[in-house]
Amino acid sequence: MDLSWMAWTTPTAIFFAVILCLILSMCVWEWISPGGQPRRGILRFETTRGDRLFVTLLGSAFINLAWLGLVGTNLWWALAVCAVYGILVFIFV
Amino acid sequence: MKSWNNKAWFLVLPVLLLVAFSAIIPLMTVVNYSVQDSFGNNEFYWVGLEWFKEVLESERFHNALMRNLLFSAIILLIEIPLGIAVALAMPRRGWGVSVCLVLMALPLLIPWNVVGTIWQVFARVDIGLLGYSLTQLGFDYNYTQDVVDAWVTLVIMDVWHWTSLVVLLCYSGLVSIPQAYYQAARIDGASRWAVFRYIQLPKMRRVLVIAVLLRFMDSFMIYTEPFVVTGGGPGNSTTFLSIDLVQMAIGQFDLGPAAAMSLIYFLIILVVSWVFYTVMTQQDAEPSSGRGQSS
Repeated sequence: MDLSWMAWTTPTAIFFAVILCLILSMCVWEWISPGGQPRRGILRFETTRGDRLFVTLLGSAFINLAWLGLVGTNLWWALAVCAVYGILVFIFV
Repeated sequence: MKSWNNKAWFLVLPVLLLVAFSAIIPLMTVVNYSVQDSFGNNEFYWVGLEWFKEVLESERFHNALMRNLLFSAIILLIEIPLGIAVALAMPRRGWGVSVCLVLMALPLLIPWNVVGTIWQVFARVDIGLLGYSLTQLGFDYNYTQDVVDAWVTLVIMDVWHWTSLVVLLCYSGLVSIPQAYYQAARIDGASRWAVFRYIQLPKMRRVLVIAVLLRFMDSFMIYTEPFVVTGGGPGNSTTFLSIDLVQMAIGQFDLGPAAAMSLIYFLIILVVSWVFYTVMTQQDAEPSSGRGQSS
């Protein structure tokens, strides 16, 4: 099957592979340690693990966009900020 | 002990395939395009995040985004209260119900480009009923030359086209309220405002969530009507993000910047919709459901 029209590149393929791995790892986590029931965190609304992953990914996208607009095109530090942000979301939200 | 019903996965599979073909694969393609440049012939050159940076720093993008946000805010501020008011005024029984429902549904049945064409002719100062009448009454109205006139025309057109949706959703919420609530309010001597505030409005909350979400997303993605009526003018005063995006992607064939812009556009719609949905659905969630010990 010719997928050249999708104009794949290695970085974008890695990006989507990481997203897929995150979703699969959430499935494995839930299978090993069920606990996806909603809970209330510091934002005072109910979230499941899936919600927290969504908040993490959405927030990370905006962190990267803000970094890009305000700092520059080198996003490694933005990625580190996203990792910290993700951990905080999973602990406190 | 949890019981797993694996048969459910087979039932979900067709939807997953449909979503994959209609949303995920196109989205992946847009992401791929957004980091490359193309001059046609299916040839692409890696540019990294340059297009994102260019779009984020572009005044053209900022202006279009502000216009979009302003338009959506105006639309929501008018259509939601007006929709509630009309739904409250509609009859609940008798022949008038069918008449009102049909009348309300009519604007929703008209295709977007036809709505645009109707209003483009309707608002013309030379042959249009609205434009000609306003001019004859002494108003200096010309939507092709005046920014305020163009905006007012677009807002009134959208209100005419889409308030019906809010009305129908609110009406469905109102008719589902059991009569016992009204009887209890009557016994308590509740005023008309109190009945609205403490019975009708809370009972309409769920349909209002849907109405606000649909109207926000639709108005934020508006393309056809302003394109047909004003073509984005006068100047760029009604050039919304979608019009700008099409000009960039198809008019200028700048696929890379257009892809980057559409991803930013998509993220904005996603986050605003999520915030709306979360705020409005969490209001009626129980303060403590006693379910939370997850990690």
